[in-house]
Amino acid sequence: MCLAIPSKIIEINDNMGTIDVAGVQREASMLLLEDPQVGDWVIVHAGFAIQKVDEAAAQESLRYLREAAQLLVDDEDPDAAATG
Amino acid sequence: MSIKHADEYRDAEIARRLVTTIRKTSHRPVQLMEVCGTHTVSIFRHGIRDVLPPTIKLLSGPGCPVCVTAQQEIDAFIAYARQEDTIVATFGDLLRVPGTHSSLQMEKAEGRDIRVVYSAFDAVKLAAGNPDQRVVFLGVGFETTAPTIAASILAARDMDLDNFLVLSAHKTVPNALEALMADDAVAIDGFLLPGHVSVILGLAAYRPFFERHKVPAVVAGFEPADILEAVRRLVVQVESGAPQLDNAYPRAVSETGNAKAREVLDQVFEPVEAQWRGIGVIPASGLAIREALGRFDAARRMPIEVPAVREPAGCGCGDILTGAKSPPECKLYRKACTPENPVGPCMVSSEGTCAAYYRYHG
Ligand code: SF4
Repeated sequence: MCLAIPSKIIEINDNMGTIDVAGVQREASMLLLEDPQVGDWVIVHAGFAIQKVDEAAAQESLRYLREAAQLLVDDEDPDAAATG
Repeated sequence: MSIKHADEYRDAEIARRLVTTIRKTSHRPVQLMEVCGTHTVSIFRHGIRDVLPPTIKLLSGPGCPVCVTAQQEIDAFIAYARQEDTIVATFGDLLRVPGTHSSLQMEKAEGRDIRVVYSAFDAVKLAAGNPDQRVVFLGVGFETTAPTIAASILAARDMDLDNFLVLSAHKTVPNALEALMADDAVAIDGFLLPGHVSVILGLAAYRPFFERHKVPAVVAGFEPADILEAVRRLVVQVESGAPQLDNAYPRAVSETGNAKAREVLDQVFEPVEAQWRGIGVIPASGLAIREALGRFDAARRMPIEVPAVREPAGCGCGDILTGAKSPPECKLYRKACTPENPVGPCMVSSEGTCAAYYRYHG
């Protein structure tokens, strides 16, 4: 029942918003969101925007995952050579 | 245009690296449970169970809202659909769930007015457009869905609608975790906490549970890298013997969650005990409409008693929901029970463990 990918708010009228999810436009209620703005990326569930995606946190965890992956490349290579 | 922060978390290279790290880190056999139907589907769709080392067993828990809905509640939904001058509005995944003698789909075929809506707000509009009928919305779902229904009730109040009613069969997650820990049949070494329930609740809602049980618990997002990172953190906690309540989905989940949604939720609902399929009665794990908003409560305005009933004979859905059994251990799986001809809700809902297993494992 959860739509996991974020949608972008492209218009707000009263408490109804038009959102774009992967190129498809839909209506979503903004009633559960504090201070929604056009341009915000939001998570939408059952016709309601339920949360804004935190940009800084998203970048931070991506950087963290990439770094973790990179660390492994460094200590994995000799291993890989040894085992073929 | 890319879909913000979904593509990145689907990056195959990052996923591969995470799997390698998990393989290197995991030594002790562990059983980790996800408690979210969307996690279940993502885990099966991306083949995550197959790439994890044999030390790690993923169990699917009671994360599919339709599946945990008690048989008696399904029978009640059908009884409401049979009332005069009544339109029943529901999310689509309830339609095919078999009740004791019928299903909403069968009732619809016999001419009852049952409408599938995408949002509870659509049911409010339906009530506004049909002033001579009562619209009863079937409220099923966890803390992600319940605020959307609460907001719809408040909207109906503001529109002064007298014919919009909700039959609340909502369930809430934290106390269900308690019940799972109390179940001796399954040993759970860590929980993947649901992503969007946690968006609303925040990490704080799990703290009392965590303090009592000190079991590793990590909130996970839905993309492969999100789930693998949460599994990695759980494994690190198990291996180091240092359990934590941790958040691997910080782009959407905060310590306190969505305060506005929780406020709306609290304004409309109060906790009550609830009957879960497979688990039984769990205290304070359901939501009833508060007395002040009783005019929107179908249970108050149109009370209908339905008898307590047995679940479908031979269906192991209850054991599936607690992780005690996997679908192939059910005698009916793939034989009498298929997605075309489901015996239990675990095969009906696309988020049900039996349906996900059938679709992605055969
Ligand atoms: S396979 Fe069908 S009958 Fe068996 S547990 Fe799943 S839903 Fe129930």
